[in-house]
Amino acid sequence: MTLLLNETEGQQVDSSNTPLLQIRNLEVGFRTQRGMVPAVRGVDITLYAGQTLAIVGESGSGKTTTAQSIIDLLPGTGQVTGGQILFEGRDLTKLSPKEIQDVRGRLIGYVPQDPMSNLNPVWNIGFQVEEAIRANNVAQGKDVRLRAIQVLQEAGLSDAADRLKQYPHQFSGGMRQRVLIGIGLSARPKLLIADEPTSALDVTVQRQILDHLGTLTRDYGTSVLFITHDLGLAAERAEQLVVMYKGKVVESGPSQEILANPKHPYTQRLVSAAPSLASRRIQSAKSGSADTAIFGGGSLDATLIERAAEREEAAPTKDLISVQSVSKTYRIRQQGLKYNELRAVDDVSFGIQRGTTTAIVGESGSGKSTVAKMILQLESVTSGRIEFDGQDVAGLKGAELLKFRRRVQPVFQDPYGSLDPQYNVGNTIAEPLLAHRVGTAKERQARVLELLDQVSLPASTRYRYPSELSGGQRQRIAVARALALKPDVLVLDEAVSALDVLVQGQVLNLLTELQSELGLTYLFITHDLAVVRLIADNVCVMKKGKIIEAATTDEVFDAPKQSYTQELLAAIPGGNFEFGRQ
Amino acid sequence: MQNRNHRSQEHYVAPFEETPIASVDRLDDSQKARSTWADAWDAMRRRPSFWISSALIVLILIVAAFPGLFAQVSPTHCLLALSNGGPEAGHPLGFTRQGCDVYSRIIFGAQASVMVGVLATLLVTITGVIIGALAGYYGGFLDTFVSRIGDIFFAIPTVLGAIVLMSVLPERTPATVALVLSIFAWPQIARIMRGAVLSARNSDYVMASTALGVSKFRILIRHVVPNSIAPVIVVATISLGTFIVAEATLSFLGIGLPGSVMSWGNDISQAQTSIRTNPQILLFPSAALSITVLSFLMLGDVVRDALDPAARARR
Repeated sequence: MTLLLNETEGQQVDSSNTPLLQIRNLEVGFRTQRGMVPAVRGVDITLYAGQTLAIVGESGSGKTTTAQSIIDLLPGTGQVTGGQILFEGRDLTKLSPKEIQDVRGRLIGYVPQDPMSNLNPVWNIGFQVEEAIRANNVAQGKDVRLRAIQVLQEAGLSDAADRLKQYPHQFSGGMRQRVLIGIGLSARPKLLIADEPTSALDVTVQRQILDHLGTLTRDYGTSVLFITHDLGLAAERAEQLVVMYKGKVVESGPSQEILANPKHPYTQRLVSAAPSLASRRIQSAKSGSADTAIFGGGSLDATLIERAAEREEAAPTKDLISVQSVSKTYRIRQQGLKYNELRAVDDVSFGIQRGTTTAIVGESGSGKSTVAKMILQLESVTSGRIEFDGQDVAGLKGAELLKFRRRVQPVFQDPYGSLDPQYNVGNTIAEPLLAHRVGTAKERQARVLELLDQVSLPASTRYRYPSELSGGQRQRIAVARALALKPDVLVLDEAVSALDVLVQGQVLNLLTELQSELGLTYLFITHDLAVVRLIADNVCVMKKGKIIEAATTDEVFDAPKQSYTQELLAAIPGGNFEFGRQ
Repeated sequence: MQNRNHRSQEHYVAPFEETPIASVDRLDDSQKARSTWADAWDAMRRRPSFWISSALIVLILIVAAFPGLFAQVSPTHCLLALSNGGPEAGHPLGFTRQGCDVYSRIIFGAQASVMVGVLATLLVTITGVIIGALAGYYGGFLDTFVSRIGDIFFAIPTVLGAIVLMSVLPERTPATVALVLSIFAWPQIARIMRGAVLSARNSDYVMASTALGVSKFRILIRHVVPNSIAPVIVVATISLGTFIVAEATLSFLGIGLPGSVMSWGNDISQAQTSIRTNPQILLFPSAALSITVLSFLMLGDVVRDALDPAARARR
């Protein structure tokens, strides 16, 4: 790598051969009470004009910090402690705040991660686009407005002129992200940094946005630096790939080549855990043409294959949970005394057999979480009937409700929010036992240890507090808590969506093991079709409150009947890319 | 890199030994388990202002509890012959207009002032927390009712309301002054508590506990209140100082503690008559008051920094 850098330095006369961006031996640290903590340790990245480069890695790998240090946007106590960031031969780390301000926006655009919080809700869209245009001296006077309209048109928003007067809350997530991309590209920068630009969006919207971004940057010859955790996205959208781990680059080069033939053990591990791909393999294993070698002996896949084999033997029995034409209507107050009815769930029916996993898939707003909450009796049913083990769950009260709660347990999406920060892990896991007055203090303690062991955490974890644990560890604690009362059903609402791929694989593996061990029934709510493929037996696809397709996982994935399902499957980034597994 | 084609980049692989791969999501056992309160304590411990303010507060509390340890001269032993006398041996701060020892009066006056402050803070915090928590947690009619009542009290300035109430009370002791002050001050704490409870009530861990079958009231006690109490503690610490000031204000106006009870407010009030001839007797009780109030404000500041959830990053 160093050799390469020295050589390119000597070629600086020839501008076409000079990289647009060259990061050399970059070191970034964060000042804490315990001294400097390094976040980026000697990173080298080279990006040529017109190229697209993706930095992938799990959370904490330093990928976002690297990108932020390019345009001096490091948060709080972060600072560049060494190395160079050469942009068109200029070292950005040496620039004064005023000079870097000129680079930002005009030469290097930035698209932030979260479209929901990155537009100011008190100003209309037009003001915010015009602000960016004025700040970068793209246009003056009356031209500013014309340019703003043009920017929004380029970003793919229809009726751009009218939309200028609208406020962010009148825009959907996808539209807001288009505005942010428009702002990022408004000054025709030479480089666009896009930090997880679509990870908060639904897959179909993600696909549109990425297609559009690709067209725009190709037209202007803009280089793009993607930050992403999604290997499929990197394979599909980026020519160059940089894999980061613990603040270092472990592998870099042409993305297709790396993903087809990963060399570093970490990249290999990452590639083999990417779920969208593993799912296809399991399918082939299921249909009998299993080649176990391709799994690298990973326990995840092995267990899943066993499970799959078991599933086929299971004889059909009576449904444990039966949802019969259930609807949920919310009343939304309009102006004055008028109410509008919102039908969040519309005439939904399905059944779940004991010991199986049923997944409900849908995009945001499809009503999938509302179904889960109604089954958990956290929301009331407007019409229809939900039966659990032959008993209507609506209107359960007192001891009956408590009994039902013992048998149906939830695991929620946000591993940061679902554990009380004031309670240590031991108390958290013991809470359901205490609430249902199970056993003596000593027996409860023993059960806590047993549960920690089941979710593969050491016994000493019980003294720790949630803030000291990673997302995956917290989610394992949440699973342990849900299992404390030996329930029959776990309702997992986006339970692995917030986790890094490796950790996600680990939790899914754990869930599968627990299912075969304890005979659990899972209801899995998710937007991620790839995860569905990994663990579900049956799938219900929801759209706008209705179930539009319900079938076994194989049927849905191999022969989707509805065009919407086909669209969802096609939108998975890198879904057809052949990843190299050992 | 031998490839001269300028766009090609080689496939680089870092030496394996450079970044040894840890097992996925291993628990870091190197550090001790820490609760939020332990973290807050850690953050406070590092601040010099925490140690200064708590040392002063401890000193003030000891003085209030055992004034006899600090002053040998009786504060009520006054000789008119010594009226407005300057400092002399055994009387470091001189004498008041009545010829009483100033130092001794400050030491003995601490008791009433501190008692009003502590009592009022306790009363306000307990009522405010209970009312605010119930209103925020159960909502509905109870919330509307309690909030409107609170608004009514909120609209009346504390000191003004206290003047009216104190003037009709048959007896004026530190306890009644504290009671009157807290009648007008609880809505502030109740509001803060209600707001904190409202946000804690909608958190995922509350929903998780509900689904686990924990009863509603138990969730309030075990999860909601502990997670909402931090801002109340901050405000309570700061308001302790303001209650002491309020007592001094009332006593200064002649409707706080009666003249027979020694307090800083009374002393300041009496000293104003000789402000031109002998300003130091106004200065010393005022200084004692300022130092006490400042210590509590300083402590409140440190506590706020330590408990502020936004300041502490997720690890």
